[in-house]
Amino acid sequence: MTADTHVAWGASTSVLQVAAIALGGLVLVGLMRRVRARLEGRVGPPILQPLLDVRKLFRKERLRPDQASWIFPFAPVVLIATVAVAAGIAPLITVRPALGTGADLFVLVYLLLSGSTLLALAGMDAGTAFGGMGSSRAVTIGALAEPALLVTILALSMSAHSSNLPEIVRSTLAAPGTVVSPARLFALASLLVVIVAESGRLPVDNPSTHLELTMIHEAMILEYAGPDLALVTVGEAMRMALLLCVFVNLLAPWGIATSMTPLAALVGLVSLGAKVALVGVVMAGAEVFMAKLRLFRLPELLAGAFVLALLGVVSGTVLS
Amino acid sequence: MTAGNFVVIGAAIGLSAGVCGATLPRSSRVIAAAVLVWTACALEAIAAIHVLAGGHPISLHSSELLPITGVDVVLTPLGAFFVLLVAVVAVPATLHGIGYACHGLDSRLAAGALPIFITVMLLVPAAGSVATFMVLWELMALLSLCLVLADHARSEAARSAGTWYAVLTHTGASLILVSFLVVAAHANGQSFTALHATHLSPGLRSLVFLLAVVGFGSKAGMVPLHVWLPKAHPEAPSPVSALMSGAMIALGVYGIILVGDVVLGSGPIWWWLVVLAFGAVSALYGSLHAASSADLKRLLAYSTTDNVGLVLLAIGASGLFDATGHLQLAAVAMVAALVLLLNHAVFKAALFLSAGSVQVAAGTRDLDRLGGLLRRMPQTGAMFLVAAAAVCALPPLNGFVGEWLLFQSLLHGAGLGSTAGDVAIPLAVAALALTAGLTVVAFVKAAGIGFLGRPRTAGAASAVEVPLTMRVAVGLLVAGCVVLGVVPTLVFPAVERATRSALPKISALSLSNGVRLQLGDLRGVLEPTALAVALVVAVAGINILRRGLVHRPAPRLAEPWGCGRELQTARMQYTATSFAEPVQRVFIDVLRPVQDVDVTHAAESRYFVDAVTYRSTVDDGIERALYRPVIRAVRRWGLAARRLQPGSVHRYLAYGLGALVLTLIALSVAR
Repeated sequence: MTADTHVAWGASTSVLQVAAIALGGLVLVGLMRRVRARLEGRVGPPILQPLLDVRKLFRKERLRPDQASWIFPFAPVVLIATVAVAAGIAPLITVRPALGTGADLFVLVYLLLSGSTLLALAGMDAGTAFGGMGSSRAVTIGALAEPALLVTILALSMSAHSSNLPEIVRSTLAAPGTVVSPARLFALASLLVVIVAESGRLPVDNPSTHLELTMIHEAMILEYAGPDLALVTVGEAMRMALLLCVFVNLLAPWGIATSMTPLAALVGLVSLGAKVALVGVVMAGAEVFMAKLRLFRLPELLAGAFVLALLGVVSGTVLS
Repeated sequence: MTAGNFVVIGAAIGLSAGVCGATLPRSSRVIAAAVLVWTACALEAIAAIHVLAGGHPISLHSSELLPITGVDVVLTPLGAFFVLLVAVVAVPATLHGIGYACHGLDSRLAAGALPIFITVMLLVPAAGSVATFMVLWELMALLSLCLVLADHARSEAARSAGTWYAVLTHTGASLILVSFLVVAAHANGQSFTALHATHLSPGLRSLVFLLAVVGFGSKAGMVPLHVWLPKAHPEAPSPVSALMSGAMIALGVYGIILVGDVVLGSGPIWWWLVVLAFGAVSALYGSLHAASSADLKRLLAYSTTDNVGLVLLAIGASGLFDATGHLQLAAVAMVAALVLLLNHAVFKAALFLSAGSVQVAAGTRDLDRLGGLLRRMPQTGAMFLVAAAAVCALPPLNGFVGEWLLFQSLLHGAGLGSTAGDVAIPLAVAALALTAGLTVVAFVKAAGIGFLGRPRTAGAASAVEVPLTMRVAVGLLVAGCVVLGVVPTLVFPAVERATRSALPKISALSLSNGVRLQLGDLRGVLEPTALAVALVVAVAGINILRRGLVHRPAPRLAEPWGCGRELQTARMQYTATSFAEPVQRVFIDVLRPVQDVDVTHAAESRYFVDAVTYRSTVDDGIERALYRPVIRAVRRWGLAARRLQPGSVHRYLAYGLGALVLTLIALSVAR
């Protein structure tokens, strides 16, 4: 295979990954809502409802708070752009997409951080109390989740001697035993808590709340309406889907395309969808039995995640 | 003309700039001095680039300038890197100073001291011997003290800040002097190369190192010697704060590298664990206080402590790897330290200068009195946002590259088998992470409260964009943030050269490969340029997609949601204090905020409330716990000592006699 086809193949898988995250994210949100409704004894909206909602929002009028600056419409665009770049470089469907040489876990974390930082700024742009409240809480939770996240990355990187995501996935495929090593299990448990916190799910934040005072993420984006809200919704769904995809590929990468054939890519896509759907269903099922934690109990949860991550690092150094 | 001449002529022009600033009439002095300072910076930068590009280190000696010891100038690649760093901050700061001049920089004292301060900072890294270094170091301290006190006639806070700064910086200088003297007493000469060749006992080496770390740490703003920063930085005129925070602090770090790596040639593991611990504590403490400050420049000052902490973390890690024999890793960590310092110089100078612009335009730097500035000062506001994003290490800006390098060096250093490293490195990563998170809190607050939303006071509402020179000055630095973030490999040859001069054991070092960073044998790749291009393409693509999807692109302006209330006022917004409340509550044991609630009841009945006042202040816990008792004790001793001075000549003569007798006894016993 020549270098040109290699690049073309890599680019097309990158595009495929971004598209899969964009559509799959919304479907995942619909699926999780549906599972939750069923477990609560309701019928619930159709699984494709989030897609329909987004289409409806795109047809509405654009509204902007009278005091807002260019940050307000710019933030959702950056949110989607950062997630899209992250989805383009991360090994989701294939081990190594074209842009994937620099797919460092650290880069991924900071790309996602850029999107959420811009969104936090946009929350304060309207000049209302709710936006500031949401932003303040969101960045505080983000700051507290950060130590757990980076130490988790450290623990995950130790077996592959690299924080490069394709390297980690490849080393897992080469040595399947590392998946059940204590280092990996502790790290993934910590990562799951961080993902729940970062994507605003229960018990950290209630995505379906309607009470302003308990909102975190919803308060931050309270002023968004119409097409801008659609972009925020898409961006948030993409972000959650991406985080879960990275999680499942660290937990069980099997099925991911290692060769450059359309069939392998198809297998990769289907297996990724199945794995993420499974994790999403489990998460939604678990959420039924959970109540939202008080805001000031969250440090304890995130400190717990940090301790798990540290255990991962320690068991990685002691047992290796 | 040899490269050495550039250094000498640059210094002469810099000093003449000081003379111009002190003597010319008020109308022309600032501009004349600025132009001369730029020339001096350019000449020194040429000499520095010559050294970094592989030329011989510049070495000059003059026995006329200083009696007894003479002046030694030796510009090594490490020093040259710091000369460049000072020049990078000095040019925009003086340009900004032209517009800022009528706000406290155009007095004879300030206009004369500023150019000489810059010149001395350009020369400190070129000092080749103890005497030269200490003279320049003291000049730097005194001149910066004059500049902190520029506003002393009007502001009590400036006078107090000056006292704090003077005491701490001179305590530091005396420790540095002792540290150098201990080595020089055993050395054959007082040049740094002679000091390096000295053999000291391990105990003495450790003493020298610790004295130097504490002494230089007081200049670098290391916790617990940082207390002067949040006082002096806010009170100094903004171009001076930018120079002090961007450049002078870096020279404190230069001193630690000079003594630890160049003079002593590294040491046992525990030295570097001490530096690592100081770094971690400084980073956490600084970022925590930055997250809870409501004064913009105080926030930036604490953020300086935070960034210096990260640099010290990198230097500590570098020493740790060096001491355990991992030279490649030590080099990566040292490169991380230098890149972090350069980035910090660029973005922190940009932020301090923008804070100065805000103070000029809105008349205050209290975030709780600002708001809505992005719409009123679009260019300054946008530049502040970019620089704030750079501090938060968001890709593709320069802060990210430094933190990536630091993280990679720690990552590859974890699990290498040394017990100390295995414990220290995960904790260092955790400290880096929490610091990064709290920095985001601090700067989302600074940008969001200060520049977005509604103006909270009339001053903020009537703010207008500042003069062109001030915007260009900030713009240069912000462009630097972008360039250093997108193509960091531009400066890597210089940084690698400086690293090899700091760690002479490393023979070859090449981390840049085209536009990509590759950590040698270690598995770590960063493609900052590709990342930046991908982000720009993605943003542009989504914008085009949105244009296509949305039929009516012009948005309608509407009142934001007010829970059904009609009226929205600026006072309903979150303030800097309320924004920081969750962080304050989580870290209540460290920050210990003092909160006051006063409820005034109506005269008729206690069930009706007339007014509620709420005050919350966070003062520096270390200042309260560590410095106040010392100050009280010194004051008590001072009062007691007054009894020794009753004004009686007889008593004084008796003191003289007593001292003489004691000296004679001491001498005879010692012999």
